[in-house]
Amino acid sequence: MLSIKHLSKSYVRGKPVLTDIDLEVAARGMTAIIGPSGTGKSTLIRCINRLVEPTSGAIEFEGRDLVTLPRAALRQARRRIGMVFQEYNLVERLSVMENLLSGRLGYVSWWRAWRRKFPPQDIARAFELLGVVGLAGFAHQRADSLSGGQRQRVGIARAVMQQPSLLLADEPTSSLDPKTSVEIMQLLTDIARQRAIPVVINMHDVELAKRFADRIVGMAGGRVVFDGPPDQLSDAVLKTIYGGADWLQ
Amino acid sequence: MSTASAPPIAFRVNWWHRAGWLALAVYVVYASAQLDVSWDRVVTGLHNTAHFLGRMFPPNFSRWELLVKGLQESLEIAVLASALGIVLALPIGLCSARNLMPAWISWPMRLVIVGARSFHPVIVAIVFVKAVGFGALAGILALTVASIGFIGKLFAEAIEEISLKQVEAVRATGAPFMSVIGFGVLPQVFARFIGFCTYQLDSNLRNSTMVGIVGAGGIGGTLFAAFQRFDYDYVCAILISIIALIMLGEFLATYVRAIFIEGLTFADLFRRRERRLTSARERHLEDD
Repeated sequence: MLSIKHLSKSYVRGKPVLTDIDLEVAARGMTAIIGPSGTGKSTLIRCINRLVEPTSGAIEFEGRDLVTLPRAALRQARRRIGMVFQEYNLVERLSVMENLLSGRLGYVSWWRAWRRKFPPQDIARAFELLGVVGLAGFAHQRADSLSGGQRQRVGIARAVMQQPSLLLADEPTSSLDPKTSVEIMQLLTDIARQRAIPVVINMHDVELAKRFADRIVGMAGGRVVFDGPPDQLSDAVLKTIYGGADWLQ
Repeated sequence: MSTASAPPIAFRVNWWHRAGWLALAVYVVYASAQLDVSWDRVVTGLHNTAHFLGRMFPPNFSRWELLVKGLQESLEIAVLASALGIVLALPIGLCSARNLMPAWISWPMRLVIVGARSFHPVIVAIVFVKAVGFGALAGILALTVASIGFIGKLFAEAIEEISLKQVEAVRATGAPFMSVIGFGVLPQVFARFIGFCTYQLDSNLRNSTMVGIVGAGGIGGTLFAAFQRFDYDYVCAILISIIALIMLGEFLATYVRAIFIEGLTFADLFRRRERRLTSARERHLEDD
């Protein structure tokens, strides 16, 4: 499905953020990436759809190497990869419906998009998804009038609107309260399972990761230091990921 | 043996500041002497002014056809120049935003904006009168240049302040460049853009009454001719009409902003301001 080979990234020459990452993601299930702040989790996620340009390595997705794709082909590939952001990144001044339909922008010409002439089946699916994420009736509300949890629901719906074959999520619950976080994780897991979309998700909440993920990847210092199912995530492993031991007590 | 030491100094003297103020004062005195500014001349001038103001009243509206024709032309110049200026300023402003465009596009576009802003509209109008001859076309072109400069600059600055997170999210969907602009960038700056446009329309209306002085059409020409013929009562009629036109323009601009930015309906405009704002807010809540 997705296979990352020898991926490295340095923003400043000689100071790599990611070093030689190798990662295979299966066609199903949720892969959670955990690790201390500043260890390159966000950079890794953003390298996959090239919101950040990798320095070296290969990322194979649906049989093509994303790293070497020219711009037009990259846009085609991005349409197949949905993304959910930590701070939702909704277009604040647009309505919920417009935000959802922006997930279809890769498939609709700009001229039609500017005039809001989206295909009727896209609009029908947007309404259906609004119901799925529990926001039926919110279509005409402006995104900036929603609460954090509601915004992230729109964020998820926008990503799913793309009909992606891979979902990336960059700390989607870090700006939410604990209860809403669980609800959002539940929603994301359910939607991904029903539609058989694999998810790669960054998380800083280890308990939440253990609860929802099928597989945990631990990163430290820009390298993968653990890769296995949640029940193998022992205190010893957490110590190698986050360093120190005092915080575990 | 104790000596009474001086108390510590709380405020240090800055000799550079003192020198600066002194230099300014010296220059003001020098400039007044150079330009022969004296109290006597102000007193004589006040006398003349009183005489001239006396002759302005009552205003003389007998040549109202000429007046209306001039006002109409000014209004047309202002509206056409604003429309043309807005249409041209949109792409120019967008292209000169440094956070969206590579330097080889943004720098030439910034130069265009700087060029458009360098000269006062009257100077530009003189150039266009020489180029395309007397009449409204020169005025339209001059004010279009001014509009491009003003709206283009402010629009570019507004774009440079947008949240790139929203843009990133739209890019991540695989949207083509123009769709990223339409969904990620423009929604963030649209309200401010409307604001800039209405301010520019307001300013064009003011300037369109002036470019006529250099022969670029509008009421300004009539005003200048009346001054030269010492028709002060007619001058007064023209000035009153200009004030009315400007006030009307400002009134309209305020309401255009209200409709686009505060999201009011046309009916709201006829309610009182506080009620208007509450009703807009209530409608927002009803949507929940």
